[in-house]
Amino acid sequence: MSIEIIKSNINLDFVGKRKWAYTVSGILLLLSLLSLFVRGPKYGVDFAGGSIIQVKFAGDVAIDKIRNGLQATNIESVSVQSIGDARDHEFLIRTDTMETSQGFSSKLSQNLAAAAGTAVEIRRLEVVGPQVGMDLREKALLAILFSLLLTAIYISGRFEFKWYQSTLIAAILGGAVYALYTFNVPIPYIIPLALVVTIVLFWVFGLKYALGAIVALIHDVTISAGVLSILDKEFTITVIAALLTIIGYSLNDTIIVYDRIRENVRKLSKTPLGVIINRSVNETLSRTIMTQGLTLVMVISLFLLGGEIIHDFALALLVGFVVGTYSSIYVASPIVLTWEERAKKR
Amino acid sequence: MKRFSVRLVIVLAVIAAAILYCIPTFRPEIWPHQKINLGLDLQGGMHLVLAVDTAKAVESAIERSYQDLRELVRKNQIQGVSPERPSPARILVRVQGRENIEKFKGMLEKELRELKISAQTPDLDTYVATMELPGGEADQIKKLAVDQALETIRNRVDQFGVSEPDIRRQGDDRILIQLPGIQDTQRAKDLIGRTALLEFKLVDESRDVNAALQGSVPPGSEVLYKVDEDPATKRTSRTPFLLKKTTLLTGASLTDARVQIDSQYGEPYVSIEFDRKGARAFERITGENVGKRLAIVLDNKVYSAPTIQEKIAGGKARITGRFTMEEARDLAIALRAGALPAPVTVLEERTVGPSLGSDSIRQGLIAMMVGGGLVMFFMIVYYKLSGILAVFELILDLVIIGAGLAAFGATLTLPGMAGTILSIGMAVDNNILIYERIREELRLGKTLRGAVDAGFDRATLTILDANVTTLIAAAVLYQFGTGPVRGFAVTLSLGVVASIFTAVVVSRLVFDYILNTQKVKTISI
Repeated sequence: MSIEIIKSNINLDFVGKRKWAYTVSGILLLLSLLSLFVRGPKYGVDFAGGSIIQVKFAGDVAIDKIRNGLQATNIESVSVQSIGDARDHEFLIRTDTMETSQGFSSKLSQNLAAAAGTAVEIRRLEVVGPQVGMDLREKALLAILFSLLLTAIYISGRFEFKWYQSTLIAAILGGAVYALYTFNVPIPYIIPLALVVTIVLFWVFGLKYALGAIVALIHDVTISAGVLSILDKEFTITVIAALLTIIGYSLNDTIIVYDRIRENVRKLSKTPLGVIINRSVNETLSRTIMTQGLTLVMVISLFLLGGEIIHDFALALLVGFVVGTYSSIYVASPIVLTWEERAKKR
Repeated sequence: MKRFSVRLVIVLAVIAAAILYCIPTFRPEIWPHQKINLGLDLQGGMHLVLAVDTAKAVESAIERSYQDLRELVRKNQIQGVSPERPSPARILVRVQGRENIEKFKGMLEKELRELKISAQTPDLDTYVATMELPGGEADQIKKLAVDQALETIRNRVDQFGVSEPDIRRQGDDRILIQLPGIQDTQRAKDLIGRTALLEFKLVDESRDVNAALQGSVPPGSEVLYKVDEDPATKRTSRTPFLLKKTTLLTGASLTDARVQIDSQYGEPYVSIEFDRKGARAFERITGENVGKRLAIVLDNKVYSAPTIQEKIAGGKARITGRFTMEEARDLAIALRAGALPAPVTVLEERTVGPSLGSDSIRQGLIAMMVGGGLVMFFMIVYYKLSGILAVFELILDLVIIGAGLAAFGATLTLPGMAGTILSIGMAVDNNILIYERIREELRLGKTLRGAVDAGFDRATLTILDANVTTLIAAAVLYQFGTGPVRGFAVTLSLGVVASIFTAVVVSRLVFDYILNTQKVKTISI
């Protein structure tokens, strides 16, 4: 007899609780959007420009003394943060100053060592000028836009196997984005507009699975970004990479559940869709928990052991994968049912 | 049975190739000699993006034409001409008197063909012409300036001694420089970024410097400073010099620059040697100006201003200035490699110390081993013998990722390590999908053979689908990402492809082999 985390005859009522799930998701989305749009995301050095200096002292140093040393080097408006283990005496200094002049880092280490009274090693120095910051921001936004577009087009074809409709959708979507782009609409506005166009198209063409998948996708990425923003984490290039990975991986799970729903729809054509969906979610539950669980094991070990530089990246993945698993059970599948019920009423 | 053996050959070939490409990373002398490159964030080093101030290159081209124009007017003895530079990009000439205008225009017919007359008044008693560089010419100068800067920086880096530097053009006017494993980043940056424009100018002795500082600097002269640093107190002092603006000779006519030690004071200095043309010019300049002071100016800083004792033939000079040995060496390199055609500014700098890089590798490996160990443990406990197969495939995945990195000459970065760690978690997903499906089919009462066939067939399509979206994300990341993030996209894609191969092809092969050759009634899954 094999070991089972989930009993094979399990039958939990996921679909019946969808109102609750919608409420929870709605609140999370609202909080995320509030944090992202009202307060605004905190841009890291990559996007905002400025400097990051990671220093390691030989002995104990008070943060005030580090500030004194920085002031002597004409570095103002800094945040100094202790990182890693306290015994490492390691600090991360963030500042808007963009100093790249000759002799800067030797002067800095001299002043820091003098102020702290102990030897110092500059382990990392990242200086990004405003121009490069703007370029990188543009690239990051384009990356998000393109991955959303490509994914939307892929799922529109993949989930329904109506490739001619999907080609049409791709054409309309591509045309809309191109039009917005030529009218010089900034990319941060194009992204939500393109998503709205996608959702409307899926709704009009009756692509209920694609609709569920794209809603779950937006749900996952928005909440992941929102949680990072609420936790006051910085958005850097690697965090954007994590968000794109979430786009890819969140669908992974949704696809597995959907495949099962379609298989069961073919097998049990008389059964109501609600029952089929619930049954499909239950049938795939044990593999969902195994696959997501083991991936989370890797992400958690990366988060805990991978070091300071990769920390926020791992955190973004952690949040995204947890939300992604939740959404493929509680958001993506119930939306298919909700759409079906609406369609019948009309 | 035939299909079976073909698949076996393919699988063995892939495994052999993967192992072969992983060996050189540990023993580089073994064929195929391609080892995994570590990114700057893992081995330490410096990443610089410089912008070449191309507008300055155009300006100095105009400045040269402007000086030529004044020289020509003087040589042809045309009266009543007053040239000005109202803006850096323009020359404005005012000529009085009909005869002078004729002469001036005649001169323009023959000389200064590079300038375009963008506006002129009709031929009255006063002729005013605005001259500038034609658009195409300016673009050409800009392009040339970046090419030249690239070449110069390459020379400097080569002479500085960095192994495997990567220096390339980025966009129109940017230069990307990657110097792996460099220790003294400050020195390298100073050497790369300095313009190293060496100029010889006469000291203007018609007026006292302090008077010039107080009031007006005479036209055609400028004040530049000599900066000295006291080696003990680190305090700097600035001495002003009043110099004639005209540059008599530049570092462009150097053939050699090397460090020598002064026998009297034991201080290093840089001795320079001119080419034949430069040597003749130097001889003429010193001959014409005996008794005057000749200033040696580097990047608008005066280094010394010795009095010319006699005509100097042979084309040799020395630059002194209380250098340390390193400073003198770097200056000699910069002079030998030549001046940058225009100043450069640092747009982006990322420096990682070697100790941080090795810390990152260590932490990444620990995360990989702890997480990977837990995943393997779960797989074996949960799926028993089939779990052991999945663990073997996981190890094979890692070998394929490493081999892919080496074979494609890709760079392993810190996010790349994270991608590898992540793909361990994703790789077992595929095994789980297949195993769960087989378990399910067995529960439905299928035969062993039927359950395994159905499990693989049904799960394969789902696996392909579920991974396509991750590959889309990785492709977009590769397209738009910077170096470290690209590394992530590469390892993630390699991991996804490897795990599809091992979970679908290799597992199937093993299951088929067991079912075909052993008389098994149950499988351990």
